[in-house]
Parts: sequence; structure tokens; C-alpha cells
Amino acid sequence: MAYSDKVIDHYNNPRNVGQMDKSSDEVGTGLVGAPECGDVMRLQIRVNPETQVIEEAKFKTFGCGSAIASSSLATEWVKGKTVAEALEIKNTDIVKELALPPVKIHCSVLAEDAIRAAIGDWKKKNGVAETAEATAVAAH
Amino acid sequence: MSTLTNTVEHPAGVTLPIYMDNHATSPMDPRVLEAMLPFFIEKFGNAASRNHSFGWEAEQAVEIAREQIAKLIGASAKEIIFTSGATESNNLAIKGIAEMYKERGNHIITQVTEHKAVLDTCKRLEKYGYRVTYLPVKADGLIDIEDLKRAMDDKTILVSIMFANNEIGVIQPVAEIGKLCHEKGVIFHTDAVQAVGKIPVDVNAMNIDVLSLTAHKIYGPKGVGALYVRRRNPRVQISAQIDGGGHERGMRSGTLNVPSIVGLGKACEIAREEMASEAVRLQAMRDHLRKKLESALDYVEVNGSWEHRLPGNLNMSFVYVEGESLLMGINDVAVSSGSACTSATLEPSYVLKALGLGDDVAHSSIRFGLGRFNTMAEVDYVGDKVIGIVSKLRELSPLYEMVKEGIDLSKIEWAAH
Repeated sequence: MAYSDKVIDHYNNPRNVGQMDKSSDEVGTGLVGAPECGDVMRLQIRVNPETQVIEEAKFKTFGCGSAIASSSLATEWVKGKTVAEALEIKNTDIVKELALPPVKIHCSVLAEDAIRAAIGDWKKKNGVAETAEATAVAAH
Repeated sequence: MSTLTNTVEHPAGVTLPIYMDNHATSPMDPRVLEAMLPFFIEKFGNAASRNHSFGWEAEQAVEIAREQIAKLIGASAKEIIFTSGATESNNLAIKGIAEMYKERGNHIITQVTEHKAVLDTCKRLEKYGYRVTYLPVKADGLIDIEDLKRAMDDKTILVSIMFANNEIGVIQPVAEIGKLCHEKGVIFHTDAVQAVGKIPVDVNAMNIDVLSLTAHKIYGPKGVGALYVRRRNPRVQISAQIDGGGHERGMRSGTLNVPSIVGLGKACEIAREEMASEAVRLQAMRDHLRKKLESALDYVEVNGSWEHRLPGNLNMSFVYVEGESLLMGINDVAVSSGSACTSATLEPSYVLKALGLGDDVAHSSIRFGLGRFNTMAEVDYVGDKVIGIVSKLRELSPLYEMVKEGIDLSKIEWAAH
């Protein structure tokens, strides 16, 4: 499998690796995928309660190089965005940025799922109602 | 977190990339190439040409090769049929026997961790009305001889069980299987591609009736193999699957690939002379690699029987690290993984799954295949490199972190996708 330079860069220098306190109200955690499928991503966001801006993002991923790169990129992209803006990130944007081949598209889908799951967790903790649209997409 | 790129010192005497995938194929031994070279331009004759010296020369070379191959497996030269490789040998053996003995019965017994050349051949025969039993393997990768006994009935014509497995290197109880087959009057075929030239193989002592082998796993050329077909006690007959000039006692038509056959013969001769010492050397390197990895890393598992294993095989799972990402980090080392991401089908290794391993462990497996040209310095380099990458990928692995925190991963409801 020939990887793009961007995938290799994220694999070699993954951004924002780590974990944050799951119990904090400001932190949303998304854990997606399954060990049997060969990929599990955990993406966490810390949201400023005043501005709803994602000030910090962390990830850990078990998976192939494309899965690691997709989640690493996702943490970079959500940082500095508001929760609403972060929900706009589409897996196709990740595919494009990392030049993922067709067999690796599911890695980008998983990264998008991880962002949504983390935001969903944060919303639940903070009593923010999910918009109808976000709920529909998150359920796919 | 530090970079995942190559941080291992490039030691003296190690040339990158390192080839450690000798179950897939092996480099040619220069002595084999040397033996082959005269047969391309000078001695190019057709071994079937009976009326001039070019033909005689080619035929003589082929007969020497037949002798060299026979000697390695304890057969007689007349029992060796040349083919294009082990896939053809397996097809010819199984289809040829099924066709020849169809009046006697329609039942074939094989097992689940066979190579696809055997499994897919059996599947095709099922479409033609044959009945195939696929024996399971135990957790160590070996079949249970009692299972085989129970599976046999009065319609059983053929048992096809591999000698040694290509992924996990485990060696089946071939002598026991052969003995049982002879008692029951059932033909015993074995795909011995990984075993011939690596460990002692004796078709008479082990009661093997038909045996597939290939050149490119034993430092010979690709595209040439052989099928051993027993001529007495019992005499095994095989229906040809390729029709033509009636070469190879009518069992396999087609002009012989003389240079490659010479190469196969030479490869067998070298293997016979050097197998014993080479096995000791490979096993020492293999054991060293295992010890090195196990002493530095937790949650590593050897897949398959350790006791009944080829000297050059080490198949290990580095649990909580996905195999393809591990291969990506050791891209100057050629090894294989059982991870789905490295297979065309996106399914993890069916061999590892047959041992009862979870998909997650199969995803984490690496096969190291040591061969004639590997050195201890290379083994050390590869070991250090794997330790470094596994450690770094585990810093990235949410599963490793959770297990370290005492979380039982099997209790988590994963959203399978």
C-alpha cells in the first residue's frame, strides 16, 4: 500500500496524542470502531463553556496508518472551531486532504464518527439539545 | 511523543531493506543460478527431442534433477513429475486423484488451514459432486488424528493435509496421518512446499503417496515445481489435467522448462547437504528474536505450536497494535501480517482465526520468515526496530491504555462498523 506523504507525516508525527479527564463536564469523549474490525478511535474535545469553542483535542487510535492519520488530522481540524463548526467536517474532506485510496475511506468515516460522538457526549453532559440534523447524521 | 520514524542505529553489516519473508518466496542461491545458466543459450535443447545431441543433453540434465529431487525426499527418480509450481502440483494431485478414483468413492478429507491452492481445488470438486470434509485444527494449529479417523468412511479416496503451514509454520503429524491412511487404503497427499528442504521428509518412512513441492521456497527459481507420485505399495494413478504430448509419463504434458528444472534439482541438492546445519542456525536466530521481543514487550503471543514448528518461522501477535500500522513503521524490513488491511479481501488471516484467535489478535500478527541469507545482525536490527515501533504505537493505542487501566475490553459494547 503506497501512502500519501500526508498520511506518512501524520503517522510519523501524530498530533495531539493523549487523553483528557473523561469525567470533566468540559470534556466530550467519542470512542468508535471495534477491535475485531481492526480499528478503534478515541477522540476527546475540551469545550469552552462560554464560547463553545473547542480549545483542546486529543486522540488515541488502534488501527492502520490511514486510521491514525485520519484521527490525527481530525484533532487538528476541530481545534479552534466551535462545536457547530466542527460538526460540518465531512469524511470526504479527510479523504481529500490525506489522498486516501478507496479501501481506506472507512478510516475517514470513522474519524467523522469520532468527532460526532465526542460532541454528542459533550452535549449530553451539558444538557445541550442535539439539532435534528446532527442526530440524523450521527445515527448513520 | 517522539517521532515514529527509524530511530534505530544502522548497524554494521546490515544492508537495508532486510528480507525476512522467506515463506512467501526466497532469493535464489547463486549456486543455483550458476547451474542453470548453461541451459538458456548453449544447452537449449528440448528434453523430448530423441534424435539429436541437443535433446539428449537436455534430457540428461532433467534426469539428474529428477534424481536430486528424489534423493531429498527419499523417493525414486521415476516418481517425480515436473510442474509449473506447487499450485499446479496441488491441483494435479487432488483433481487427478479425484477423477481417477471416482468409481471407488467421492469423499476427500482436508483441513481448514491449507493453502488456497488446496482449499479452492476442493471447493471446485464439491461443485462436481465430491464430498469434502474440512477438519478443524486445535489451538496449536495441528489436526487431531482422532478427528481424521472419525472422518474417514468407505467412500474416502483421498486425504490431503499439508506438511507445514505457510503462516504459522506448524508441522502436522504427517507420519501418523500416513500410517492411518495406509491402514485404511486411502491415498495420502501432502502439500510439502514449506517443509521440503527445511526439515527431513521421507515419503516411505512417512507413508506419503503424493507430495507437492516448489523451487522458489528453497532458493530456486519461480515457476517450477514437482509432484511426487508413488509407484509401488500402492501404485498411485493420476488423471492428467493438461492434455498434449504425453510428457511426464502422461501425467503432465508440456515441454519441460529445462533451465528451471536444473535449478530445482540443484536447490534440492544444496538443501540435502546443508539442511541439518542450516536448521540449527535458523532456529538459533528465531529463538533469539522471540526472546528479544518477549523480554522487551508485554502482551505478545506466539501463534501456533512452538514445539512442532519450522526452524525459520516466528509468527507473533503484538496485541493492541494493528499489524499494518506496525509494518508501516518497519518499512525497511520485509515481513508479513495477518491483518485484514494487508490482505486483498480485507479479512484477517483465516489460518489464525482457525486457531480460535479473536480477530483483534489476528489483526496484530506478524510473520517473520527467516532464511538462508539472514544474519544474526539482521535479526537484532529487526528486533530493535519492532520493539521501538510497537512501543510507540502502544502509546497511541486506546486499547493498550484501557487494558493498562484494568478495563476488560470484552465487556465494552463496541459499535461494530
